[in-house]
Amino acid sequence: MSEDLIEGRSGLSRLRGLGGLQLAFVVALLAVAVAFPVLFPSPVATNYGVFALIFVAVASAWNLFSGFSGYISLGNAVFFGSGAYALGIAARDWHVTGTAVFALLPLSAAVGALIAVPFGLIALRVRRHTFIVITIAVFFIFQLMAYNFSFTGGTTGLDAPFLPWAPQTYNNPFYYIALGCAVGAIALSWLIRRSRFGLQLRAIRDDEDRARGLGVHAMRVKLSAFVVAGAVTGLVGGVWFFYLGQVEPSSGFDPLFDLSVVLMSFLGGLGTVSGPVLGALIIEPGQLYLTANTNGYISEILLGSLFLVAVLLVPRGIIPTGGEYIRRLTRRGRAAIPAAVPSVPQAPDTAPVQEAQR
Amino acid sequence: MTALLRTEGVLKSYGGVRALDTCTIEVDEGTVTGLIGPNGSGKTTLFNVITGYAKADAGEVYLADRRITNIAPDKVFALGIGRTFQLTRIFPSLTVMENMLVASQHHRAGARKRAIEQLDFVGIAGYHASLAGTLSYGQRKLLELAYVLVADPAIVLLDEPAGGVNLSLVNHIAVRIRELNATGTTFLIVEHNMEFVMGLCHQITVLDSGSVVAAGPPDIVRTDRRVLDAYLGEDIEDIEDTDEDPDPAEGT
Repeated sequence: MSEDLIEGRSGLSRLRGLGGLQLAFVVALLAVAVAFPVLFPSPVATNYGVFALIFVAVASAWNLFSGFSGYISLGNAVFFGSGAYALGIAARDWHVTGTAVFALLPLSAAVGALIAVPFGLIALRVRRHTFIVITIAVFFIFQLMAYNFSFTGGTTGLDAPFLPWAPQTYNNPFYYIALGCAVGAIALSWLIRRSRFGLQLRAIRDDEDRARGLGVHAMRVKLSAFVVAGAVTGLVGGVWFFYLGQVEPSSGFDPLFDLSVVLMSFLGGLGTVSGPVLGALIIEPGQLYLTANTNGYISEILLGSLFLVAVLLVPRGIIPTGGEYIRRLTRRGRAAIPAAVPSVPQAPDTAPVQEAQR
Repeated sequence: MTALLRTEGVLKSYGGVRALDTCTIEVDEGTVTGLIGPNGSGKTTLFNVITGYAKADAGEVYLADRRITNIAPDKVFALGIGRTFQLTRIFPSLTVMENMLVASQHHRAGARKRAIEQLDFVGIAGYHASLAGTLSYGQRKLLELAYVLVADPAIVLLDEPAGGVNLSLVNHIAVRIRELNATGTTFLIVEHNMEFVMGLCHQITVLDSGSVVAAGPPDIVRTDRRVLDAYLGEDIEDIEDTDEDPDPAEGT
């Protein structure tokens, strides 16, 4: 599929490439998502929906950089918290009130992207565990800044402008904004996965030095993906801030944020488009339920245990493992029908290749 | 003939070990040049310096008359130097076709068609939809050759193309190199298989301890006293005999 863009096929023909069944499934899923607040109008249900969609968006954003490139970032909360704080500071200092605050959302994306540039220029010079350590270090620098600078409100953080909406339907606009962010992040991830840019990211994941030797501008490609992930995560951080109505250093720059996002992607399927979506839809409502119905720490213990189980039982994630299982079943079904003629006739000069196979 | 690729007095040290010592070589345009020498003589280091994977401490590298010393591998590739590695380096989680498309980024129009042509040329077009990680060692060698060729490089550096593969595949690779050379592609080949080198190359450069000890046509080089000394005094015919059987551990 990655060759589609190289061959210059239209967006419509690429959509057709999804396959009729897949396309129908995506449309049905989208229809259910749009109808969710109508089908389940209770604020408790829509609250679950808003948080699930927020994490679908941030997990997809994390995956489009870390999942595709293999650079596991544990610092995306930097973009999330910065997006939230940027809105809080802008609304406070520019005296923006009421629904006008939503016009500031692009600022969150811009701040996320801007921070990703120097962050990436430093962190992306190193690889693997060193990269992970640097992202953690940058994360703590930002958390400490939020705690200690006066313009961030210190330990008390910032409050969002009051929104004069009825309590019963208060969540609904946020639900649709979060749905827009989630659909946008998934679409972006899907497009990147199938583009030459995505192919270069995946080549970097397999062997960065080799990719460079084949003309891939590795730094430029990695940084671009990091900036895109930063922009999406920053934007969603802004939405989250308006929804909660406040941000504190411990919630805006929460180490559990990155652990959750990583687990969502690992559980669903690292480097796939649908994996982080599935992971977020499983983990975030589960976490919310456990937090609300048990002592808070139980959900964290279960989150850690789930991570261990996922790594041990489905190391490739649910989507790749499930897909492989279905393919195996399909192949077994086909094998029952004997093939009359080989599909690819062997040219005489391919004989050495056959020998090489042995 | 004019030199398409040349190095002048290249020095490269790793700690206290001098891997290349004022190494000067020339590869004429349109030729197949062999680069031979005992293990540790600096052949792969020279490849790394030429292709930007290692920085020269001193000396210069030129492609035609353009100085390309110490420029990044992506730029070296864009200028027309493709290379393969001693241990094949493909992208295992990508399909064979996707591997080809990573390399063919500079030829966007008809990239897929060109990729299929190259895969067909090396004889693995039937595997274009397979994951590259599922290919055998020999097929990986062919894939690596194919995706280097897809970008139409002016010169191809092959690091032990016959290493670890069986005799029929060695012949298959040799035939493909000859065909490409006949259409104008220049090759610089590092290889321990003396029969392969002597039968294929127009010119041979011999390295020992990071320096060139001999250079010339195969018939001259094989009788050169310094070359025989470099190979620990072994007769070159003995080396041919021992190199015919690849290490079974690295087999297909």
